[in-house]
Amino acid sequence: MASAGGSLPRYIAQRLLLIIPMVFLLTTIVFLLLRVAPGDPVSATVGGRLSEAAQAERRAALGLDRPLIVQYLDYLKDVATLQFGETITDNRAIIDIVQENGGATLTLAVAAFIVALTIGLPLGMVAGRFRDSAGDVVIRIFGVITYAAPVFYWGLLFQLFFAGALGWLPASGAASPITIFEVEERTHILLLDAIIAGNSEAILDILEHLIMPACTLGLLLSGIFIRLVRVNVLQSLRGDYIEAARARGIGEVRLMRAHAFRNALVPVVTVIGLQVALLMSGAILTEATFNWPGLGNELVQYINNRDYAAVQGIITLFAVVVVVVSIVIDIVNALIDPRVRY
Amino acid sequence: MTWASRLVAPFRQTTGFARWILLAGMLLVGIFVILAVFAPWIAPFDFAQVRYPDGERFPKSAPPGGDFLLGTTTSGSYDVWSRIVWGSRTALEVVAISVILSVAIGAPLGLVSGYLGGSLDRMLVLLMDALYAFPSLLLAIVFSFLLTDLFGGGIAAAGVALTVIYVPQYFRVVRNTTVSAREATYVEAARAIGAPKRTVMTKYLFGNVVQNVPVIGTLNAADAIGTLAALGFLGLGIQPNEAAEWGYDLQRALDDAGAGIWWTGVFPGLAIVLLVTGLTFVGEGMNETFNPTLRKRRLRPFTLPPREAVAFEAGKGQVDL
Repeated sequence: MASAGGSLPRYIAQRLLLIIPMVFLLTTIVFLLLRVAPGDPVSATVGGRLSEAAQAERRAALGLDRPLIVQYLDYLKDVATLQFGETITDNRAIIDIVQENGGATLTLAVAAFIVALTIGLPLGMVAGRFRDSAGDVVIRIFGVITYAAPVFYWGLLFQLFFAGALGWLPASGAASPITIFEVEERTHILLLDAIIAGNSEAILDILEHLIMPACTLGLLLSGIFIRLVRVNVLQSLRGDYIEAARARGIGEVRLMRAHAFRNALVPVVTVIGLQVALLMSGAILTEATFNWPGLGNELVQYINNRDYAAVQGIITLFAVVVVVVSIVIDIVNALIDPRVRY
Repeated sequence: MTWASRLVAPFRQTTGFARWILLAGMLLVGIFVILAVFAPWIAPFDFAQVRYPDGERFPKSAPPGGDFLLGTTTSGSYDVWSRIVWGSRTALEVVAISVILSVAIGAPLGLVSGYLGGSLDRMLVLLMDALYAFPSLLLAIVFSFLLTDLFGGGIAAAGVALTVIYVPQYFRVVRNTTVSAREATYVEAARAIGAPKRTVMTKYLFGNVVQNVPVIGTLNAADAIGTLAALGFLGLGIQPNEAAEWGYDLQRALDDAGAGIWWTGVFPGLAIVLLVTGLTFVGEGMNETFNPTLRKRRLRPFTLPPREAVAFEAGKGQVDL
């Protein structure tokens, strides 16, 4: 159909265009809140620690002595060129922070997603198939508890048990000092660097450090997957085509796998897009718990130092990532499920 | 039907899991409400107390037992149990503020925006969508970073910071329900008899579009407890000299994990888990009860009469004729 073929590119173009107002709106909100509301970020940040003259100098260096509207336009230009500004306390460019610490966050996020899918999909499917059975109740309670327990509480319990009581795993950090010293930095992703170097001891060390943070964050996400998959399996099992398949004498196992489960997954893909926000929040807390050298940990450090410019830059970056990812997911969805396009 | 019986009617229609979950949740929440209301009588010490009345200092990181039911902390030697009791008051106060404020802002805004439509509606939807797409923790971080700097880290500041992240949810739900209800026959009828917009919104639409609000409110309350704790854990939100806060206590407990001191972290965390679980159970239970697509009603077991008997009866009937 010609019209159907034409609507997909148009849909994609529409979604992509939406990135601009969304990012614009979010950066404006962040600018208003963190640049305009506190009055002067420099005195708010280093007020007690630097002399008046030094503060004025810092203000001039950051361009904060110019009119607000000029600063705002400058800031929008920065965001458009993916610069995000500079910190006040230690004069680092935000883009450098992203480069140095983004790899650790990415490693953690990917590992956590793998853990979450491994736990969440099968459990959700079983709970949905055997609704209101003992297994369903247990799995749902597990889902509620993973959601109810703050991710840092899981982290703390893991630390108490696996690092403290059993002594199996290192309590915090991304690797032992010796590993960080030995592995040559290439990609800013420690695990990848170790693999490139072929240093098996370093790989093992890094994986040991990764297990607890990944499971902590993964558990948080798995609860969401369980709930989602369960509800969607329930709904797709109610579909007429399931009735029809059953009437054709298709076995229960095949019915679940080939008919119900696959259709139940479509909405799950949609929601994975929304989970990026949760993943990001969870990653910040997990990093703070395990002293994981990622972006979230940096953000927390700068929050504690009251560095307005740094917080503004990192938050804006997060906002841009979330908007872009959620719109990309929308597009992927349209590709998977033609109904979305109309 | 009286108000009370109308209120419990859906509850009585629930079966098995939904009813059990609703009861368990109400029980858990009830315990924390009691702790919060009667905190001065239940907690043996004040939340920031580190000395006996006679001036002697509490022992540092004392294990559970003796004067200290759940032990004392490492940093500051506070009584863990007292801080949990006072912390439930903090948590419930902050959550009450944020839920009430966000309903009070989000629901009317959604109603007006959905009913009037036009450019106001489009602008609000875009703004709310942008806020909604933003990770809620980040939003809370930004607001609480700002508010603690400007107004100090009190309960009101934390409540307002949390409000911002929940307003879009009420707005979206109420707006979308309003948009679909706007075309309903009863609204058209109201317009036809000349009811002004204000009357249509308050008298006709309001009661119909706020049906989901209690469920969302309860689930948001659960979420707010977690977010408040997360802010405290990151060193934002309630400051330690203002009130007892579980998330802050957990952050202080992180360093104890290696030293085998478990009671400083395990108990405040457990309080969070139990309260969030309780609120989630209440919300889920209500959802299963009020949401007709999820509700399973009790059905009377029905067995068909055996086949031979029917044939026999039928045959007999023919003979009789």
